[in-house]
Amino acid sequence: MTAPSLPVRRGPTGPSLRQRIGKATPYLLLAPGILWLLVFFILPTFQMFLTSVSTGSLDNGFKLTWSGAAYVTSLTKFGTQFENSLIYGGTATLLTFAIGFPVAYTIAFRGGRWKNFLLFIVIAPFFTSFLIRTISWKVLLLDNGPVLSFLRDVLHIIPADASVIGTPIAVIAGITYNFLPFMILPLYVALEKIDPRLIEAANDLYASRWGAFRRVTIPLALPGIFAGSILTFIPALGDYVNAILLGSPQTQMIGNVIQSRFLLLGDYPVAAALSFILMAAILVAVSIYARALGTEQLTG
Amino acid sequence: MSEIDVRLVDVVKRFGDSNAVDHITLDVNDGEFFSLLGPSGCGKTTTLRMIGGFEQPTSGLIELQGQDVTWLPSYKRNVNTVFQSYALFPHLTIEENVAFGLRRKGVKDAEVKSRVTDMLRLVELPGFEKRKPNQISGGQAQRVALARALINRPAVLLLDEPLGALDLKLRKQMQVELKRIQREVGITFIYVTHDQEEAMTMSDRIAVMNRGKYEQLGDPESLYERPQTRFVASFLGVSNLLAGTVDGTADGYALIKLADDTRLRVPVALVDGNAQIEVGIRPEKVRMNTPTDAIPAAANQLEGTVTDVAYVGVSTQYIVDSKSGIPMTVYEQNIERTTTGSLYRQGDAVRLSWLPEHTFVVGGAPAATPAG
Ligand SMILES: Nc1ncnc2c1ncn2[C@@H]1O[C@H](COP(=O)(O)OP(=O)(O)OP(=O)(O)O)[C@@H](O)[C@H]1O
Ligand SMILES: [Mg+2]
Repeated sequence: MTAPSLPVRRGPTGPSLRQRIGKATPYLLLAPGILWLLVFFILPTFQMFLTSVSTGSLDNGFKLTWSGAAYVTSLTKFGTQFENSLIYGGTATLLTFAIGFPVAYTIAFRGGRWKNFLLFIVIAPFFTSFLIRTISWKVLLLDNGPVLSFLRDVLHIIPADASVIGTPIAVIAGITYNFLPFMILPLYVALEKIDPRLIEAANDLYASRWGAFRRVTIPLALPGIFAGSILTFIPALGDYVNAILLGSPQTQMIGNVIQSRFLLLGDYPVAAALSFILMAAILVAVSIYARALGTEQLTG
Repeated sequence: MSEIDVRLVDVVKRFGDSNAVDHITLDVNDGEFFSLLGPSGCGKTTTLRMIGGFEQPTSGLIELQGQDVTWLPSYKRNVNTVFQSYALFPHLTIEENVAFGLRRKGVKDAEVKSRVTDMLRLVELPGFEKRKPNQISGGQAQRVALARALINRPAVLLLDEPLGALDLKLRKQMQVELKRIQREVGITFIYVTHDQEEAMTMSDRIAVMNRGKYEQLGDPESLYERPQTRFVASFLGVSNLLAGTVDGTADGYALIKLADDTRLRVPVALVDGNAQIEVGIRPEKVRMNTPTDAIPAAANQLEGTVTDVAYVGVSTQYIVDSKSGIPMTVYEQNIERTTTGSLYRQGDAVRLSWLPEHTFVVGGAPAATPAG
């Protein structure tokens, strides 16, 4: 029970300096992170909040009036864009999961000595810029691009005037592609940690392959599923690059509105208010999601 | 219902270019506590995994209660396993872990509840229902793993070094408990261990495995008293082995000539017509005598010098270098120690003696190869 321990020299006045530093270590380690968050996240957020309740214009300056006008505008005028964000972001998240799970599963359980190579392939696209990759998708999806040409001229399964660029399909495809690694990596980490003997134990206890997958693999992968879908869904909600490059004015997402209000129109209060509403929506959505997954885990 | 619960017929499991399990044929009887004993890497786990259905044999046949299950997936076999690492489901409570098998079989909720309660009482863990596997100790996890398997009332329970992770005291305690539970439920146990003492104290029969085969199969007593190979003799307890050639018979004993011309007596039946043999004797059956002590005429004798003395409480262990050049291990009980106080010391000349009936013989070779 009592492990042999090194003798600790104690001063007559209590814990030594070394012991005090030892106790403070966790806080010292946390300090840079907290400072960083304070300076680069909390303060700007607070500033943004003040902006969102100000009135005025870029030319005449903004004054803090505690007005809720920007919120009213945000909530009444941009329903379509909020809706687009939700639908595109949500669909893309589901698609990344549908595509990413089998990939992560295969790498984790069947990867063998190819694991690292396969993971490298998953993140390889990150070596080129986000913008370049999205523009490449545009080339791919053009009416005369390889994808549509193949479907139209070789397989004859789409009408001659079919077009994808400018439609939600193109935007969703772009988002799905761009965020896929954010889904695959956390899923891989979670699946890779699962002890294969647990699957054998489930089989031993009369669970079929599917039964073991449902009762053991999925519940144990839940943290990865949660992390992956959050890491995909949240940035996807606020994304505007895919909508600009692959979409049309009809496929604008809330990110596009925020971007144009901030950078083109100089309407800071509405842009700030929109950002806050988006943030609140995400917080609510994530906590509902976390709760749903949590209870699933308890009853699984 | 058949007498034989598990039957392996000429089972081979090949990994790459070596046989992890090399032509094993054996029968395990109904209700038996059967152990697979052997050193690391000898194929115990692989054998067990094939019975459990986690691994398919390269060739051969596996039967459970008379039914060929060689290609039956594990979830369709009436067999449960206690894994070496326990493999408890970390996301489920103890109760859910134990209930897992019954739920998959579609047993009614009320029955599951009562059986889980009964089972947790059997393994002496009542009140642990709501805990998670990371909130219990190693010994408790082991009992949960046992409960999770036993609750399904399988025909056969497979246990892969289930006590390997426990400290000595807890292991002894669990051995007794396992044995009690096995008697109570009357299920056939196939138990894998590399601990010879554990195998000896718990098993009805043991197969001593080496390099994918078993060298001898029998009850603990016959394995210990009459080991048939050098490997079994030295893996199960300690043996002194003296190589010699058969040199005539006298009074129903075969005479064995050692390298230094010492002659030992061995019951003729044990020699079995071989010319070259190794005579074995267990350390506790050898007596230490001073060179002048009287020794019964029928006893084997060997002169030597004490080279090492170790006091281990219940006994004293000596290493004696015999004249024939072979170091002999001798255990002497410390019964008389406090009364006489006379102990053999390093460097003492001694005469070892033992009865021919206590010997065993291994490594018989029919033709004497001329020493060159
Ligand atoms: N999946 C596998 N692939 C290749 N070789 C394997 C595999 N499983 C086991 N082996 C080899 O087969 C032999 C027997 O292994 P096994 O696990 O049955 O040994 P064991 O008797 O259980 O040993 P231990 O007491 O160390 O658990 C070993 O040499 C091992 O390296
Ligand atoms: Mg093993």
